[in-house]
Amino acid sequence: MKSLIDLEKKINSELTTKINKTKIKHNQIYIEIDKEDLIDVLLFVKTNKDAKFRQLIDITVVDYPEEAQRFKIVYLLLSHEFNQRIVLSYSINEKEVISSITSIFPSANWMEREVFDMYGVNFKDHPDLRRILTDYGFEGHPLRKDFPLTGHIESRYSEEQKKVINEPVKLEQNYRNFDYESPWEGTKYIKEQVSTDDKKN
Amino acid sequence: MTKKIKNLNLNFGPQHPAAHGVLRLILELDGEVVEKADPHIGLLHRGTEKLIENKTYMQAVPYFDRLDYVAPMNQEHAFALAIEKILGIDVPIRAQFIRVMFCEIGRILSHILNVTTQALDVGALTPSLWGFEERETLMTFYERASGSRLHANYFRAGGVHQDLPVGLERDIAKFCETFPKVINDLENLLTDNRIFKQRNVDIGIVTKEDALDYSFSGVMIRGSGVPWDLRKSQPYDCYDQLEFKIPIGKNGDCYDRYLCRIEEMRESVFIIKQCLAKMEKGPIKTFDGKISPPSKKEIKQSMEALIHHFKLFTEGYRVPKDEIYTAVEAPKGEFGVYLISDGSSKPYKCKIRAPGFSHLQSMDYLIKGHMLADVPAVLGSLDIVFGEVDR
Repeated sequence: MKSLIDLEKKINSELTTKINKTKIKHNQIYIEIDKEDLIDVLLFVKTNKDAKFRQLIDITVVDYPEEAQRFKIVYLLLSHEFNQRIVLSYSINEKEVISSITSIFPSANWMEREVFDMYGVNFKDHPDLRRILTDYGFEGHPLRKDFPLTGHIESRYSEEQKKVINEPVKLEQNYRNFDYESPWEGTKYIKEQVSTDDKKN
Repeated sequence: MTKKIKNLNLNFGPQHPAAHGVLRLILELDGEVVEKADPHIGLLHRGTEKLIENKTYMQAVPYFDRLDYVAPMNQEHAFALAIEKILGIDVPIRAQFIRVMFCEIGRILSHILNVTTQALDVGALTPSLWGFEERETLMTFYERASGSRLHANYFRAGGVHQDLPVGLERDIAKFCETFPKVINDLENLLTDNRIFKQRNVDIGIVTKEDALDYSFSGVMIRGSGVPWDLRKSQPYDCYDQLEFKIPIGKNGDCYDRYLCRIEEMRESVFIIKQCLAKMEKGPIKTFDGKISPPSKKEIKQSMEALIHHFKLFTEGYRVPKDEIYTAVEAPKGEFGVYLISDGSSKPYKCKIRAPGFSHLQSMDYLIKGHMLADVPAVLGSLDIVFGEVDR
């Protein structure tokens, strides 16, 4: 499709029941779907002659721990043919298993492994679901919001045992997160006050 | 009597010089033919994305230098553009030219490293000695602009940190005159070299379809004949005001990718020249006092400027709630930042899309059926830097 607006209309009319919400922003279409419709929607945008989103750019997750549907899974797609991008997303709760899309996009393999490693989201039918970025034998999912920045385990070389050992993190000083948030809002705040004062006088 | 033959499993790396860093590649060999390759990555994982979530927007910039550490400013560019788009601020034209110029310098830096180390991997030592001399000159330009040879921390949302020092423009112009000769010298050594061609031609062929399926970008997709460059197709900053060509390969093998890189360096020199010609004196960052800090002179004279300065460097600026994906054409391919802001002064989520990650993923597909000796050649032409693959 030539323009994003046309494409948005097309997606909405062809996949009416499968699309929850679409929005055009920053020259991209943001599409919200349900977990069950993922494969259908992806196949449609990949193969339809007016969309041709042949390339999967990335898969990622956003963690909102306070919500019931904790994880928002995001797929970024690119169409070379029409020079357009879409952002596909849906939410799941912590225990849900989602379907792997490696059969549609081979490049999803490592991306899904990364999501599994970083957030602990499980994929159905993934050919090789192992941890990818963290160390062998690592426990926990580091990008979850409830995982501490300093981690749980630290490694060091032990002179007595002559090998690298893992120990719980011991910090001389706790990680300090200062709260800088203040009512300060830059020049505008000061300017507004000055101008209202002027009016009063 | 039959004898059972078992395939040999070989560990390639993580301490192998041709592994370009810390790649552990587990190869399954049948004689000398590779049957399967399983890259184990993450040995350089530093949790960049987690760290960025805990830093203000300005404090997060240096983490981008440490991703693809051979072309640091290109990464900063993606992050700066993402914030600028959310905040909706305009970047002064001089800052745009400075940024584009340094991005192209980064591209040359990265391509020199890749071309010469690839030559080194297949047995040629001289190119790297010649190439690294030029890298040294380029890093001096980095140093003169930002104070640091590698980890520049120079781009800001809304412009760059400081203006170019006196004389730098002249010296970069001088470099643009001398550098094409070095490219020619490198080409004399490699392009028609019998050994170099034997090691690279028809090795690691990627078809158009597979390049799309495996999410290739940058030289990896252009080498296979797909004319795709974000600088042309989705121009950012002032790329739409500049003239340049996109070199494309035909066969999609290691040799074509090498030729693309050589040609891209020539184009980069051409872009830098145009930037220097079009650059006029002017502001180098946005005047919006909420985002860019006041000048030293103002701090000395105005109380309000002092408060601004203090708040910008403690709390940082706030970015309204939004969600955005921005990508730039980094030397290695499409480098993207998927940024989610929540209205505070720290990103809620910052996913980094590194081109090397999807390139390395295809290692198994690329190397299957090749000889063990081709592994360094293919790995070299993928242009992997572990800073960005492992994040």
